[in-house]
Amino acid sequence: MVKKTPLYEAHKAAGARMVPFGGWEMPLHYGSQLDEHHAVRQDAGMFDVSHMTVVDLRGARVKAFLRYLLANDVARLKTKGKALYSCMLNKQGGVIDDLIVYYMDDEWYRMVVNAATTEKDLAWIEQQATAYDVEVAPRRDLAMIAVQGPNARAKALPLLPDAVRECAAELKPFTACTDGAWFVGRTGYTGEDGFEVMLPAEAAEGFWQDLLTAGVAPCGLGARDTLRLEAGMNLYGQDMDEETSPLESGLEWTVSLEPVARDFIGRSPLVVELNSPVRRGFIGLLLEGRGVLRPHQPVFAGEQRIGEITSGGFAPTLGRSIAFARVEMHPGSHCDVEIRGKRVPAQVVQPPFVRHGKACFKPLETE
Amino acid sequence: MSNLPADLKYTKSHEWVRDEGDGTVTVGITDHAQEMLGDLVFVELPEVGDSVDAGGECGVVESVKAASDIFCPVSGEVVEVNGELADAPETVNQDAFGEGWLFKVKLSDPAEMAGLLDNAGYEAVLAEEEH
Repeated sequence: MVKKTPLYEAHKAAGARMVPFGGWEMPLHYGSQLDEHHAVRQDAGMFDVSHMTVVDLRGARVKAFLRYLLANDVARLKTKGKALYSCMLNKQGGVIDDLIVYYMDDEWYRMVVNAATTEKDLAWIEQQATAYDVEVAPRRDLAMIAVQGPNARAKALPLLPDAVRECAAELKPFTACTDGAWFVGRTGYTGEDGFEVMLPAEAAEGFWQDLLTAGVAPCGLGARDTLRLEAGMNLYGQDMDEETSPLESGLEWTVSLEPVARDFIGRSPLVVELNSPVRRGFIGLLLEGRGVLRPHQPVFAGEQRIGEITSGGFAPTLGRSIAFARVEMHPGSHCDVEIRGKRVPAQVVQPPFVRHGKACFKPLETE
Repeated sequence: MSNLPADLKYTKSHEWVRDEGDGTVTVGITDHAQEMLGDLVFVELPEVGDSVDAGGECGVVESVKAASDIFCPVSGEVVEVNGELADAPETVNQDAFGEGWLFKVKLSDPAEMAGLLDNAGYEAVLAEEEH
């Protein structure tokens, strides 16, 4: 049974092309995926992300529990509302899911996990939580709308309920505040400024309509994918999964090995991998020839096949194709990608490709 | 579905063919095809002088979402390609049956035209895809 978010009817009314995604019926686009992409880079766009799952974790030992559960260290979160991006690993160091966790108070953290992985995530978290007496509560009663773009905050703020609007106006990047059932985070998945708003499911359609009236463009999963790719953000299931570690997925910066005394799930295989002489790397590619990079296209250094593309596509902001690739060895400044039997040259770069509406990629430093 | 031009022939793989009456035909992809693909960002066409076979791959259209092969509806020699599409692939989205044409072929076997679908036949194909 395919699930529908509280905004399903609003999407249909706006002419969305609906597709199944992670067990949900979601909008792919509302006419032009490219226009939606540009709306977010230049003005403001909104995404229904109610398919993702909000999970509240409560208990006296919740901090100790999350320091064991996650590869990033929640002890870094010192102020209330601060957010942290982390992978949740299995015992082999593979990625069960990537997520955002917000520190709300000493006995309450809020997490947002991916839609398609929700059931296995909850089963895993609950299994680990028993020893820590932590209550794991998925918030199926909440919807979530991401409003993103240079004008997103200005357009969204007046539409928030009074109490949460005051604190939302003061939010610094990567922090959140809450009042009652409304929760506003200055976070996102596009490389632009904006909010992610969690709200009661029954209030979702009204807020969505208000945003529409304020000139915020409805955007689908298609634009969400090209925006996150340009922003250098990984997609679970494509760029990493249970068979790959964060170290070979461009996510080394999210693994907190200090302090050494913190023994989190998956730590020891990561330490072994880190000290191994052969490690797979994760690089950004900018296509120099014609065509479009796509997942699973093979990457070559000279005649040697060194890996494959994990995520790739057309970057509307740059007007050319970009990709992430996992490689056995570093190709240097250039490599070739095989597109339908033909080798096409690509430049190796360090993602992100685009931040705040502008190209920002750098040539990768060769080791 | 009633907006399918009656003067065109169609394939099950969503190409259209217009008989120009001088032994050549113009080939494109249907409005349904462009709509399914979404915004096009890259079009790879055969070259003028290429000989093409009916049913053979002779190009690629890529949208932000996916790549899709173009199958040549008829056999013959490519006599012209729509060079405008290299810089403006979105023309196919805007006008699939007109300005968004792909290439022209000089027929080597005009009898092949009889094997293509008419608009009613193609409409039936689309109706079947709905399920």
